[in-house]
Amino acid sequence: MDIINRLLGRENAGSRDIARERLRLVLIHDRASVSPNFLNALKEELIRVIREYMEIDEESIIVDLENEDNSVALVANIPIRGFKRAANE
Amino acid sequence: MKSRVIVITSGKGGVGKTTTTANLGTSLAMMDKRVVLVDTDIGLRNLDVVMGLENRIVFDIVDVVNGKCKLKQGLIKDKRFEGLHLLPAAQTKDKTAITPHQMKNLTNELRQDFDFILVDCPAGIEQGFRNAIAGADDAIVVAMPEVSSVRDADRIIGLLEAAGLRNSQLVVNRLRSKMVRRGDMMDIKDILDILSIDLLGVVPEDECIVVSTNRGEPAVMESASRAGAAYRRIARRMMGEEIPVISFDEPENLFYRFKKILKMAR
Repeated sequence: MDIINRLLGRENAGSRDIARERLRLVLIHDRASVSPNFLNALKEELIRVIREYMEIDEESIIVDLENEDNSVALVANIPIRGFKRAANE
Repeated sequence: MKSRVIVITSGKGGVGKTTTTANLGTSLAMMDKRVVLVDTDIGLRNLDVVMGLENRIVFDIVDVVNGKCKLKQGLIKDKRFEGLHLLPAAQTKDKTAITPHQMKNLTNELRQDFDFILVDCPAGIEQGFRNAIAGADDAIVVAMPEVSSVRDADRIIGLLEAAGLRNSQLVVNRLRSKMVRRGDMMDIKDILDILSIDLLGVVPEDECIVVSTNRGEPAVMESASRAGAAYRRIARRMMGEEIPVISFDEPENLFYRFKKILKMAR
């Protein structure tokens, strides 16, 4: 493939783009985990908002960053105990 | 002129903190500034050999902060440049031999006699780093255009901000323009996008650095050195001159221009 590209005069897809993309992803993790309060503060805030709408199991909530294929996702696992009737209106 | 304490740091080792400190300090002294270079890499001192002053060390920074000698006795005067001094690190102690508080007092004392106090920071983020930044007004972050170096620079910028140093400036060191042009090295824009700090300058990869370190003569003394020229420009920018940053993305010597013309003709 390399040879074909070169014969056609195409530039090699350089490693620069790979470097840039890997750095972008790794820095999302770094910056989030460097401040230990960040995820905790986010979790507290999420609980506060969600509690307005449903009953949740606050003890078992997990909020974390997870790697997807080409991105980082904020994944929250929030067990629901029940819905408040008012929220269904 | 108000004196400035500037820490030169990077997180990662081997990206050119000491070379940068030596060259910027020498360059500022060549412009008639009173400069002191402070090596805070206790246990792994190197600024002395890069400056070619290793044979003149009597006292070191630990002796000075512990009162074993006067500050004036600890300073080595560089005979080549009026106004250039070195305060060497201790080689036989470790980074805990000094506290951030002592370091702050030391830099404040140095302010009386110098325009620029350049603090060469050790690699890492432990006490050596905390000592080095303790008395600093500003920081210069040195990074090479590669993943590990830029990542560590990002961490360091965060730590500097947390310590109240919010105006860090970046020096991109050892840029290889050939590799950038063929898409195998991040360019200046990539790095600035990621780190989002101000760019102070770009230093190209240059074999002259090895030669000048072999000799103990900073590359800014060598008029033919490309890295030396880049450091001289950075020093002028530190003095407040507004000169454009050369990105070294474009070939600028005759040989490359000739090659480019040949390529276009083909």
